[in-house]
Amino acid sequence: MPLLDLQNVSFVNDGKAILRNVSFVVEAGDFISIVGPSGSGKSTLLRLCSHLISPTGGNIFYKGVNMNEYIPTDLRKSIAYCSQSPYLFGNNVKENLDFPFSVRKMPFNEGRVKELFSLFNIPFTFLTADVQNLSGGEKQRISLVRTLLFLPEVLLLDEITSALDAENTRMVENAVSSLNNEGITVLWITHDPEKSQKYANKIITVEAGKINSLEVLK
Amino acid sequence: MNGSIAIDNTSLLIASSLVLVSLYLSYSQKLGIEKETLVSVARAIIQLVIVGYILEYIFGLESSLFTTLLLLFMAFNAAYNASKRGKGIQKILTISFGAIATGTVLTLSVLVFSGTIAYEPYQIIPVSGMIISNSMVALGVCYKQMLSDFKSKREEVETKLSLGADILPSSIGIIRDAIRTGMIPTIDSARTLGIVSLPGMMTGLILAGISPIEAIKYQIMVTFMLLSTTSISSYVACYLSYRSFFNTRKQLVSIKLKQDNI
Ligand SMILES: Nc1ncnc2c1ncn2[C@@H]1O[C@H](COP(=O)(O)OP(=O)(O)OP(=O)(O)O)[C@@H](O)[C@H]1O
Ligand SMILES: [Mg+2]
Repeated sequence: MPLLDLQNVSFVNDGKAILRNVSFVVEAGDFISIVGPSGSGKSTLLRLCSHLISPTGGNIFYKGVNMNEYIPTDLRKSIAYCSQSPYLFGNNVKENLDFPFSVRKMPFNEGRVKELFSLFNIPFTFLTADVQNLSGGEKQRISLVRTLLFLPEVLLLDEITSALDAENTRMVENAVSSLNNEGITVLWITHDPEKSQKYANKIITVEAGKINSLEVLK
Repeated sequence: MNGSIAIDNTSLLIASSLVLVSLYLSYSQKLGIEKETLVSVARAIIQLVIVGYILEYIFGLESSLFTTLLLLFMAFNAAYNASKRGKGIQKILTISFGAIATGTVLTLSVLVFSGTIAYEPYQIIPVSGMIISNSMVALGVCYKQMLSDFKSKREEVETKLSLGADILPSSIGIIRDAIRTGMIPTIDSARTLGIVSLPGMMTGLILAGISPIEAIKYQIMVTFMLLSTTSISSYVACYLSYRSFFNTRKQLVSIKLKQDNI
């Protein structure tokens, strides 16, 4: 049974068709790169998979069950989404990292945060940093940490390295790749076709709201 | 002040020349608001005369049932007006009515049971009028704030949703902000009471010949009751209406801000 199964999915907003009849399956353990021109509908596709929006036509099945049958909050804990423009809320970084714990009614686990901070090369002093004073790349890495505090089954990443330098990009890619090796399914939107080949086993090309090609690499 | 309560009609007529000042200014300065001014003045006079006679009649009735019906009517009107600021929120009229009624009933109960006021039309109706109109203004401010926050803080709400949070923790910041904004006018006016303004009610009592020391007691009571009512109404309204911004799949839906939501 595929992990995710999109059947004839369409998304129309204000009379404008953003995605049309998109169908594809994601197998457990896949690492899928999603590429395509700006405005083609890539982010919309991931937002649909994270159940932040629902298709206006067609269906999405998760583990063989229509997404509409799940409790939305459970679904989103299992399918994590890291958005294109990282958004840190509140005043400091700790508030952001405490949020996933408080959602699960669990105490803040500093050890887990330390672990992820060192994985993404973030100094531990950033925990008390003011979110306003962070650079774009720092925000991106912290929002990734926030998403990864509890490991999901599916990880949806929307251009999460767009503000990172070469070294940090490599580090994030390695981290995500090793998560994938541990069994987490990854769908990653990227603008870099070369990099998309390096880790991915499938590449989906979106163009003008349609899937132009699904290339299986390995 | 010679202790007389009544203004005689001749003095009132002379006082009405004050309206001419405003009309003259509008005319000479080409403000073009002569017509509006006249219409407003005419409306004020007609409405007040009608209300005056109605109140005189009701006070004479001394019927608790009738007083209660009138309170319901006032609350409904206030709810209807507040709802206009929250167009797009589902069941906004019911929510507004519920919020205003809760705030009013709780506050009035405390006032009546403590013996501060009696459930007599001449006490209950003016006091409720103040409470209800204050809640109405507070709710309008709450709705306006919520509508604009749910629009401008979309990213924050969706980020929290995507971290697996339910709709309440995802919007708690917006809810608190709206309640706070709704209460600020009441808190601010309480802070400046007696310094910036002598409130209308106190002025009225003093004009009617009541000693200032007695008048402030009433004003203190009014300040307490307005604070309690606005906080209760705002709280109820915001906690009942935030759900409208989500669908059953716990997804943020967009409510189009209407042009008249100024
Ligand atoms: N909430 C929305 N309301 C209206 N139109 C939208 C909305 N979200 C996206 N769109 C439109 O849908 C189209 C696809 O947007 P989407 O964000 O999915 O593109 P994308 O492929 O991720 O682009 P980019 O590479 O620039 O991030 C765009 O034309 C965009 O303007
Ligand atoms: Mg995008």
